[in-house]
Amino acid sequence: MTGFEVRVNGRTHDDAPRPGQCLRTYLRGHGWFGVKKGCDAGDCGACTVHVDGTPVHSCLYPALRADGKQVTTVEGLATDGELHPVQEQFLAAQGFQCGFCTAGFLITAAALDDEGRADLPRALKGNLCRCTGYRAIEDAITGVKHVEEPADGEAVGRNLGAPAGPQVVTGTARYTFDVDVPGLLHIKLVRSPHAHARITGIDTAAALAVPGVRVVLTHEDAPQRLYSSAQHEIVEDDPCDTRVFDDVVRHVGQRVAAVVGETEAAAEAGARLVRVDYEVLPAVTDAHAAMRPGAPVVHDKDPVEARIARPADNVLAELHDEFGDFAAGLAEADAVYRGTFRTPRAQHAALETHGALAWFDAETGRLTVRTSTQTPFLTRRSLCALFDLPESDLRVVAGRVGGGFGGKQEMLVEDVVVLAALRLREPVKLELTRSEQFSGSTTRHPFTVEVEVGAKADGTLTALRVHVVSDTGAYGNHGPGVLFHSCGESIAAYRCPNKRTDAYAVYTHNVPSGAYRGYGLGQVIFAVESALDELAHRLGIDPLLLRERSAVRDGDPLTTASGAEEDLLIGSYGLDQCLDVVRAARAEPVGPVPGGWLVGDGAALSMIATAPPRGHFGEARLRLLADGTFELSVGTAEFGNGSTTVHRQLAASALGVATSRVSIRQSDTDLVRHDTGAFGSTGVVIAGTAVLRAAEAMVGALLGAAAERSGVDVSRCALVGRGVDCGGRVVPFSELAAGEPLTTTGHCDGTPRSVAFNVHWFRLAVDPGTGEVRVLRSVHAADAGQVLNPMQCRGQVEGGVAQGFGAAVAEHVDTGADGAVTTAAFRQYHVPTFADVPRTEVHFADVTDPLGPLGAKSMSESPFNPVAPAYANALRAATGVRFTDLPLTRDRVWLGLSRD
Amino acid sequence: MDLNTVVEVRDPRVPGPWLPGDAWLAGGTQLFSEPQPLVRRLVDLTRFGWPPVTLGGDLELAATCTIAELSRFGRDSGLPVAELVEQCCRAFLASFKVWNTATVGGNLCNALPAGPMISLTAALDGVCLLRTGGGERRVPVVDFVRGAGESVLTDGELLRSITIPEAALHRRSAFRQVSLHAHGRSGALLIGTADTGFALTITAATPRPVRLDFPTAPTAAELRSAILGTVTDWYDDIHGLPAWRRHMVLRLAEEIREELA
Ligand SMILES: Cc1cc2nc3c(=O)[nH]c(=O)nc-3n(C[C@H](O)[C@H](O)[C@H](O)COP(=O)(O)OP(=O)(O)OC[C@H]3O[C@@H](n4cnc5c(N)ncnc54)[C@H](O)[C@@H]3O)c2cc1C
Ligand code: FES
Ligand code: FES
Repeated sequence: MTGFEVRVNGRTHDDAPRPGQCLRTYLRGHGWFGVKKGCDAGDCGACTVHVDGTPVHSCLYPALRADGKQVTTVEGLATDGELHPVQEQFLAAQGFQCGFCTAGFLITAAALDDEGRADLPRALKGNLCRCTGYRAIEDAITGVKHVEEPADGEAVGRNLGAPAGPQVVTGTARYTFDVDVPGLLHIKLVRSPHAHARITGIDTAAALAVPGVRVVLTHEDAPQRLYSSAQHEIVEDDPCDTRVFDDVVRHVGQRVAAVVGETEAAAEAGARLVRVDYEVLPAVTDAHAAMRPGAPVVHDKDPVEARIARPADNVLAELHDEFGDFAAGLAEADAVYRGTFRTPRAQHAALETHGALAWFDAETGRLTVRTSTQTPFLTRRSLCALFDLPESDLRVVAGRVGGGFGGKQEMLVEDVVVLAALRLREPVKLELTRSEQFSGSTTRHPFTVEVEVGAKADGTLTALRVHVVSDTGAYGNHGPGVLFHSCGESIAAYRCPNKRTDAYAVYTHNVPSGAYRGYGLGQVIFAVESALDELAHRLGIDPLLLRERSAVRDGDPLTTASGAEEDLLIGSYGLDQCLDVVRAARAEPVGPVPGGWLVGDGAALSMIATAPPRGHFGEARLRLLADGTFELSVGTAEFGNGSTTVHRQLAASALGVATSRVSIRQSDTDLVRHDTGAFGSTGVVIAGTAVLRAAEAMVGALLGAAAERSGVDVSRCALVGRGVDCGGRVVPFSELAAGEPLTTTGHCDGTPRSVAFNVHWFRLAVDPGTGEVRVLRSVHAADAGQVLNPMQCRGQVEGGVAQGFGAAVAEHVDTGADGAVTTAAFRQYHVPTFADVPRTEVHFADVTDPLGPLGAKSMSESPFNPVAPAYANALRAATGVRFTDLPLTRDRVWLGLSRD
Repeated sequence: MDLNTVVEVRDPRVPGPWLPGDAWLAGGTQLFSEPQPLVRRLVDLTRFGWPPVTLGGDLELAATCTIAELSRFGRDSGLPVAELVEQCCRAFLASFKVWNTATVGGNLCNALPAGPMISLTAALDGVCLLRTGGGERRVPVVDFVRGAGESVLTDGELLRSITIPEAALHRRSAFRQVSLHAHGRSGALLIGTADTGFALTITAATPRPVRLDFPTAPTAAELRSAILGTVTDWYDDIHGLPAWRRHMVLRLAEEIREELA
């Protein structure tokens, strides 16, 4: 191929692409990192570019066809330093969270004609956003503004924009893979075709003969040491059942070997040629069957060493607790409901896939791992333990993370890149494909929950029992934690003297389950909230009234079947206000409904602890810089949850300065000593408290330094914007910076913990002839404590609701008889689109929590939890049919109604 | 995605043998959306430069006509079937961005149950012109697709064009599509056409297109029994349960019958 030439954003590139190359990788290869990969299959739109003004998905576009054409990427949207109007609008509306989808939306929106703008659900059906729930994107495209610029020191409670906003909308925010590392080698993984097999031999000769293949790493190269891919503050919370590469495979898609090549193509070719001999073993892919005597054993390991409850029975963890006397409680009841509820395996579908790079610093010889993680510090600890490295020899950093939802509280790639980097002493990269995300990362735990609940005629609960079986898949990462949490706040939310829980996390030969937004609560809340609703119908009382009568009240102790939780209390209580919001919405007129459609409404509530149990540590450091501004270093990662914005608001408010005078560094193990990470909704409550404490310490330090410098007593010194007023004379911060370095640190250990409440309510119309359901109204009331940034908190709620809505009506990872995932692309696994997600009215309770920073509570996982049961309850009210299995797709709804 | 096994993109106007690992490349929206480890050469059909749409009485759609070109043609054509053409374009799960490169021929050759260009051309009595080095043959669209993902094309054979007879362009038509999700992938797509007779084309709910022809408008019972007598295999995949698809086909067929009555 000669004479190839393409102009990209005004620059000419004339090296010819490879024959089968798509435009996406060609552009990224030339440093246009604004072009993202969400799927590499045409489904998500993150890679959208203009070719001669026409929008196309660059992952589907043969690069050779760009010859002679003009390509515009997000980096080329702005002209002469002036942002394109649509970029301005996305900034003003904050039409993003993690921002990984944003370039695609901007480029698509910039190409819309009037007809497209008038029909956004259709025009945007080729763009997926997992974070926002699309309302913010709609506002951006239609020109609604939300971002404010508050006065100095008054940032708290205002709609401050995300600090990274300008980078996000110009495509210059740097995500994990958006770095150019010279000499980078690429890793491709060989994966198991069998659900259960012993590897009897691996022949790498043919793979090594491929030009450009440097090494093939197998179980013979991997450390013997067992660990868990789950990342927790307390390592013992998870079983150690995993090896980097094992000589036994336990699910289809398990990694078997890594091929390192000079190009992705070489690594891929090598991976196809690795010959693995397997002795196929019997497998079990059903959790109930796995517990029966004689079932194939997934982990034949020592229970104590591996921390597995009953390995021979495939029981990873179990819980059997009773509070009060369940049987007696049931006997007292006037009505009893018993039902079994099922929630499927689901994918996080963060738009950025997992992946990591590792390289050695030329001078210091130190290894750096750059990875898409929610937990840089824990991952460093895990890697050091696995490879016997001192922590000082390893730095783990995260760029901007393109969505997490729990999926990145897991070490799924870092171990492989470190193994390869240590072997070759060269820079390496492993970036998972979308299909590997489905079949080789983790999923939401599928649950089967049997509920039995009894009540008096007035709705007072007398007995509540759950029997829970969760399928943890082939590995136990997060299995115990998710199981225990699932039976926590879901049960503690109700006052009932007699409670019983029997719960099992069970190994199977399925793709592993892991942490997922809600951490088990959503699954059990779906069951409990459905059951209570059904019980109310049976008693002939209003389901909302039943909840009001039986939900915990301010001052109540929080008890599960195991009794009271040690450090958990109702620090503040907003549930009553949330229920009032629903009551008011419900009383409003229904509006027009198509003829023949059935209408009904339903609600569900959820409670969640504001932090995970047993310690979650946050650390923040604040430094006064020479120019009198402040640098805030936080350990926690930013993946669109917006905690960075809040941290900046908290620090600026405490210091009484403009937010622009606080710069932020984050997610880097070099910055602070330790930080547990961004999970369990801790970004505001724990990391934020650490920030606030660092800032408060800084206030003291500034006053002290100013007093000393001016000779004025500290009691007469006060902060005034850019300096300290010392009895009338202002000592600027920059002057203080010239003296002793001023650095302060804040810590938070995450205890005691409070609770937050969420209530969701839907009014639905159902066409019994087709199973089609329309959301007439969707209302969410959240008890978030003091809302530090309303725009952002609303965004978190909307995003959680959208993900919950996906779980309610669309999403299921399916597997075949051998456990192989059969829905390994977005074309099969339906992530809600702009057209699917209803707009939700979001209300906040007026509450201040004494335990959170400035009265705030957490609000990122929790809005997800009540959505599916609220939907099922509304469907029940409309149709009289109780749906017990998610998701409620149209075909299943129709089938449910026509069976009746 | 990158198709790393591809070593060459070939110009089909240059004579040469068809080799194992060769694949026709049209828009590439299917080819580049999944790994193709067996493909070694892409033979680029767009190099032929075929005029996308030729209307001279009959309508000839080049296989390489893009969905965007077809949609524009339909809108500007003023033909009675213009609305149907647009409805079928919109029945893609793919957005308008993919329309810019995806082709009509590629859609037929993919032979997916939810291929809306199959629905359109089957309903309008389309006939495929197939070409090999050795010669040409014509096959009606309804027979071109043999099963989910399976067509009558032999190795190295290409689809040159689809011809729609003039009469079909002037029929009245009624269109129904359902999906599990708004603007989603078709679970059932039905097209009725009527002049003196009545024809119903069922796609997406069945592994291959089903065409029912009636000399005069059928009664509800006739239509129902014709459907149930002909369709024995309701398609089963993630885009809809077979029982629901069956139900929806019967329901939508009746709606179509009433609309065209
Ligand atoms: C997001 C997304 C959504 C999609 N939604 C749908 C959908 O709803 N329904 C649907 O059916 N498809 C869908 N597709 C698949 C695909 O885009 C369409 O089928 C499209 O029409 C294929 O056309 P193409 O020109 O891009 O085909 P290509 O990818 O170029 O080719 C497809 C196949 O046909 C062969 N081929 C192409 N043209 C010829 C020819 N003239 N003669 C012989 N063989 C040929 C190729 O070798 C290849 O095997 C979707 C794709 C994406 C990315
Ligand atoms: S990366 Fe191209 S559409 Fe998803
Ligand atoms: S902001 Fe859209 S995917 Fe994260």
